Amino acid sequence: MYIIVVGAGKVGWNLARELLEKNHEVTVIESNRRRYLTVEQELEHNVTYGDASELWVLERAGIQRADLVIAVTGDDEDNMLICQVAREKYEVAQIIARVNNPRNRPHFDLLGVKPSVSATDLILRLLEHEVPEYGLVHLLDLQEEQLEIIEMLLGKDSRVTGRRVGDLAMPEGSLLISVLRDGKGFVPSADTVLEQGDEVLAVLDPGHEEDIKELFGPAVGGNGAG
Amino acid sequence: MFILIVGCGRVGSSVARTMLSEGHEVSCLDEDPESHTRLEVGLDKGWEDLGGRFTVGTGLETDALLAAGIEEADAFIAATNGDNTNIVISQIAQRRYEVPTVIARILDPLRAEWYQQQGLHTICPTRVAIDMLESAVREGAAREAV
Repeated sequence: MYIIVVGAGKVGWNLARELLEKNHEVTVIESNRRRYLTVEQELEHNVTYGDASELWVLERAGIQRADLVIAVTGDDEDNMLICQVAREKYEVAQIIARVNNPRNRPHFDLLGVKPSVSATDLILRLLEHEVPEYGLVHLLDLQEEQLEIIEMLLGKDSRVTGRRVGDLAMPEGSLLISVLRDGKGFVPSADTVLEQGDEVLAVLDPGHEEDIKELFGPAVGGNGAG
Repeated sequence: MFILIVGCGRVGSSVARTMLSEGHEVSCLDEDPESHTRLEVGLDKGWEDLGGRFTVGTGLETDALLAAGIEEADAFIAATNGDNTNIVISQIAQRRYEVPTVIARILDPLRAEWYQQQGLHTICPTRVAIDMLESAVREGAAREAV
């Protein structure tokens, strides 16, 4: 595949290195002369000097035959424009744009620049998963299989502590697959009684996360602490 | 007519003053608070005293655009010092806020030409300078040949 990466910052440089290792043909375009010279020592002819928002620079880099254009400069307007031109003028099949300021994401969408990737958004999403409200951690997304596996820590105000697994109204399309208690894991039976401090693993169809949160979360009226 | 001008540099501020003196309602948006001073160059009263509006912010910030009155604008002029910024914000004005008249200043002739073809009203000062220089040279050459 022929890939053009715009911007030889940390993201662009590392991306180019990975793509080259995967045997893709890569051209990185960098507009800062000094940065270009630094990166050129490693990437050699795979990096070119110029301002990629100038159409002739893109053409010199061979945008007409590019399969993928990735714009990862530190400037959102540049990333938007480069991707818009790549798709609409040069009919590049696939584009990926970096969003520096998440507030600009609606502008990317408005100009039809998709997909766009925002590191801030990604870290925020990770935060939500790693520091979950009800101790719910997203362990695995099996996109092909349309399943996900989650882990929940049962706090002192969880609605299900002291209850039999067999009595839980688990939503259809979800299954409790194991319980970790005192450092040991076991597969629960219908008679297993859940305790505070248990970590439970469940497998579910995507979209049931909210139902599960509701079922295992704190009792209504609780302050959610703990 | 209510005109919103983003980018209050030499071009933006000059157009703003002229439009205001011709009786239009004018609102300027610039990220640099100092650019307000440029607006008042040659004026005997303050910009606001003459009825002008000025907002500090960038054309990519929704809050700033709303504060500057984009929803009521009849015309939108993108005259910041960045071509890409002008192209992006004029498309925002056109597509999201459906401002009837949108004009973008673009210095790079190639980008100006392509976006013009895409339905954006672009003004390219570089193109104008190139054309004028070329015809001046041709005139000179013609006089020489006589």
